[in-house]
Amino acid sequence: MRDGTRLGFILLLTPLLLWLSLLIIIPHIDMFLVSLRERVGVGKYEISPANYLTFLQEPLYLWTFLRTAVMSVLATLITLVVAFPVAYYIAKMAKGRVRSLLFLLCLVPFWVSELVRTFGWMILLRETGVISSLLQYLGLVHGPVEMLYNDAAIMIGLVYTSMLFMVVPLITTLGSLDDAVIEAGYDLGGSGPSILREIVIPHAMPGIVSGCIVVFMLSLGNYLTPTMLGGKDSLWFTELIYSQFIVRFNWELGAAFGFVLLFLSSFIVWVMLRLTGQTLEKTMG
Amino acid sequence: MIPTIPQSRPFRFAYSAYVVLFFVYLALPLFVVTVFAFNDSQFPSLPWEGFTWNWFFGDAAPMIGVFHERPILRAIGTSAFVGLAVSLLSVAVGVSNAFLFTRHKFPGRGLLYILMLLPLVIPGIVLGISMLVFSSTVANAVWDSMKWDLEVLRPGLTLVILGQFSFIATIATLVISARLQKFDQSLEEAALNLGATRLTAVRTITIPYLAPAMIGAFVVAFLMSFENFNTTLMLVGSDAPLTIAMFDRLKEGSTPLLNAVSLLLMLGSSCLALVMIAFQRRD
Repeated sequence: MRDGTRLGFILLLTPLLLWLSLLIIIPHIDMFLVSLRERVGVGKYEISPANYLTFLQEPLYLWTFLRTAVMSVLATLITLVVAFPVAYYIAKMAKGRVRSLLFLLCLVPFWVSELVRTFGWMILLRETGVISSLLQYLGLVHGPVEMLYNDAAIMIGLVYTSMLFMVVPLITTLGSLDDAVIEAGYDLGGSGPSILREIVIPHAMPGIVSGCIVVFMLSLGNYLTPTMLGGKDSLWFTELIYSQFIVRFNWELGAAFGFVLLFLSSFIVWVMLRLTGQTLEKTMG
Repeated sequence: MIPTIPQSRPFRFAYSAYVVLFFVYLALPLFVVTVFAFNDSQFPSLPWEGFTWNWFFGDAAPMIGVFHERPILRAIGTSAFVGLAVSLLSVAVGVSNAFLFTRHKFPGRGLLYILMLLPLVIPGIVLGISMLVFSSTVANAVWDSMKWDLEVLRPGLTLVILGQFSFIATIATLVISARLQKFDQSLEEAALNLGATRLTAVRTITIPYLAPAMIGAFVVAFLMSFENFNTTLMLVGSDAPLTIAMFDRLKEGSTPLLNAVSLLLMLGSSCLALVMIAFQRRD
């Protein structure tokens, strides 16, 4: 390399290295080290897996973790099932102007902060809320109904919040499927369901995978929706992390929780990429 | 299942009905938030008590409007400041990364590219706590060795900006790289042949070509920063950005004031998004 290019290269490399090392890599290593610390006296610490053992032995922690993971998987599946027909409609059935308009309409709710969306659901679902009032007005129920503060409300909120991240990759991959391929399927005697199974879904797989990865991660790491829409019994793992850090000031245990969460989300992402033979570069980039 | 293949009428009807229902689901929360911003009542709920502008312009208790509510106005200012700082940093680093990854081949490039994508798959709250832990480790070390209290490393706006930047930079990099990859490098070579220096060529040819992507990345970064909740929550100090300020109020019970703020937020972000689309179109 010539000296000029070399200098340029170093100048370009520096911000990247500073960013990744100081803001991502070293903080995570430090967090891991803190999670391995056990307080044995005033200002005295020992290296031990005590925090991870606490996590495994305390039923509330483990149970909340499993519940969060299962509900995130469920939210991802529901989002996929709800989004797929809509994405297919926009990509394959709608044409021209209508198509751009529908696509734009899908994006609109997500230019708005998550807080506003959650607030909207609170107004709709709560005891004095719009749906409850409407049901009473129609005479379907007697007295107010509380629809907030339960797992179903969390699910509605999670699916709503992550919809965009499923719809957009699905539309992109489905849009690249040639109509002629589907016609050929019918010509060869395929039925609607068999064409969906044999042609459409395999073609849309990259979009399905990247949508599912993002939705799963967003659900797992969500704090706002479970806190605002969930009840006392529907604790989310992120709420445990928050309370260890900010309320209890037990950073060691909080850091261990953070690492467990990071591990689970990375593991699931890795498994999904593995199972479908995709790479992170292709899925995200 | 495509328009050229005939389908039974009930099926087509059911399909269209489903799509309509989906869009109703998308619009419903935003619609009620908007409507109740104008309800002449203390609570954002039915019954409808009549139309009022008080939740925007009211200046007497109990109906103090957004434009007279100092803490909210200050929080909007804080969010705007954080957003601008994060966007500027992200676009600057994004441009640098884009040049690095599209123009240079070097050992470790693939690994660095994957590392660069990682912030997108780390939950926001984990990014927040890792930064909180690390910054306080550094601050404590500095205090122990030199007795300096590094205020910037304690929870506050600096950490909020760094925390948001740590993952928004990835998005800026992806947006700007996508455009740089399409750039025809012979244009730059032509400038060099005509006697321009490398830097002049990049400044007068490549950067103007990248401008739409840079503006796009700036707007996206600003919106993401403005709306960020998880990372900010862990790093916030005494100056709360808008999302945190609204969250604190919402926990204590909601008034239509929050609807009014939400409506302004929606209008603001829609305008920004439209500006961005217009820029992308013109190109």
